[in-house]
Amino acid sequence: MAECCSGRTKLIYACSGAADVGEIADRVVRRLRAEGQYLMTCLAGVGAGLAGYVESAKGADENITIDGCNVSCAKKALERIGVSPTSYILTELGLVKGKTAVTEQIINEMCEKIKSTNSSKMIPEKTITGGCNCGGKC
Amino acid sequence: MKIEILGTGCAKCHKLEDLVRDTVQEAGISAEINKVDDIKKIMTYGVMTTPALVIDGKVKAAGKIPSKEEIIKLLGGKQA
Repeated sequence: MAECCSGRTKLIYACSGAADVGEIADRVVRRLRAEGQYLMTCLAGVGAGLAGYVESAKGADENITIDGCNVSCAKKALERIGVSPTSYILTELGLVKGKTAVTEQIINEMCEKIKSTNSSKMIPEKTITGGCNCGGKC
Repeated sequence: MKIEILGTGCAKCHKLEDLVRDTVQEAGISAEINKVDDIKKIMTYGVMTTPALVIDGKVKAAGKIPSKEEIIKLLGGKQA
């Protein structure tokens, strides 16, 4: 869903790679989106060079990439369009590529690790006023 | 030239619309300007943050209000 002039727009992307850690990255991002603190968007749209996705990334206050491994495809896809994301790599958070079961426990653990390190930048909970999500800031 | 301002109705969206209308008029550019409020249509552009500026069907800016100079550049015109 498009975000309307919020105080601080945080877009989040998953590499969604083929490996177990790529699947976990995807599920972690979906979980974080569901919790409402981040706005998930499509890495494929950025990779395809679709203007809406590219310009949204350039206009966001923060872009966050969750990569399964240190090949870091999501981070590099953003860098290709001139955007420096806040990068999280699950193998650097303790997972082992090719040897990690995709479980709710692992997904929860990764979400908590990301939130704890990103918490200093967390946006305050928004108050929806007058048709946009600006919290009265616009 | 067709210009669309994407936004669901907040102050920043209106500000961009006003800025684009003023800029087009001052620069003497001939353009059709439309404000798009329909979230479904906005989403078809792949835009995740508004306001957004679309020129001839292509998204040129999103999530921010470009300066007048940037708008003129995006419109392919020269500053008056």
